[in-house]
Amino acid sequence: MMLWNWTRKVVTWWVVTFVTGDDWSVAAAVGAGLLATWGLVRADVPAWWLMPLVVIGATVSSLYRAVLRERG
Amino acid sequence: MNTAVLISTFLAASIEVIEMVAIVVAVGATRQWRGALAGTLAGLLVLAVLIAALGTALQRVPLSPIRVVVGALLLTFGLQWVRKGVRSVSRDGWTTGIGEQQVEEDVGDGFDWTGFLLAFRGVSLEGLEIAVIVVAFGAANHAIASAAIGAAASVLLIGALGAASYRLVARIPRRALQLFVGALLTTFGTFWANEGLGAGWPGGDLALLWLGVFYMAAALVLVRVVSYWRRGTLRRLRAAEPLTEGGSR
Repeated sequence: MMLWNWTRKVVTWWVVTFVTGDDWSVAAAVGAGLLATWGLVRADVPAWWLMPLVVIGATVSSLYRAVLRERG
Repeated sequence: MNTAVLISTFLAASIEVIEMVAIVVAVGATRQWRGALAGTLAGLLVLAVLIAALGTALQRVPLSPIRVVVGALLLTFGLQWVRKGVRSVSRDGWTTGIGEQQVEEDVGDGFDWTGFLLAFRGVSLEGLEIAVIVVAFGAANHAIASAAIGAAASVLLIGALGAASYRLVARIPRRALQLFVGALLTTFGTFWANEGLGAGWPGGDLALLWLGVFYMAAALVLVRVVSYWRRGTLRRLRAAEPLTEGGSR
């Protein structure tokens, strides 16, 4: 039980530190962007442009929400 | 030797090393240097073992899946730093500051185990992030040695600066570095993830350059945009205050 709790804590810390941070939606957008890129590549459509767009879009949206949250 | 990996790892590791140095100097100066340095060495040992074990294991895995996983990881991690950097620079400007480390001052005559643990915890936790960066950069290029040398150089150089003068290390503009390194990690993350998925890039490896410039420029624009949003929010709040006060009367 102790080992399970410890493992859960470590995994949660790792995911929060390296993946989700303070906004899980950015990680979700990155995941969705990668899936979409994979789909486009499979369909033989040029897909190099997609991830930079997803990255900028997700960051702008996350920062906007953060400013709104600061307002309370 | 892969110079690009070495320099990138050096820069990326430097943020965590600055935090490490801040913790160790705070513990050493306020408690006991012997305990703080022993904790630091133990933490660095754990870090070296971790990098060696993970690096060796990943050398045998094919490159494409590693690049997708590592790219995704660097993207999410790098974007966190970009967001933090943009928010703090837009709020407080390009000022320095690594924060005051709070350490209790209650040391006896013997070996300071509390100082040891504080330094060990600080070094190993910050070191874990360095280990992830080293393994990510190293594995995605099959150049673990170059990545490890870059991180070790960062630890030695910034560690020596910290030992020589804590104020000198505190002068390194952490926020600017966080923004810059965040954009760098995001660049490598996007590049490798696309390469791993087979999407490729116009211009091949040169895409790293224009992608880096693109993300850096976007981050600088975002600093201005977020400042503007903040000012707009403040103006709206100030405009709403008299109404609220009038309504409550």
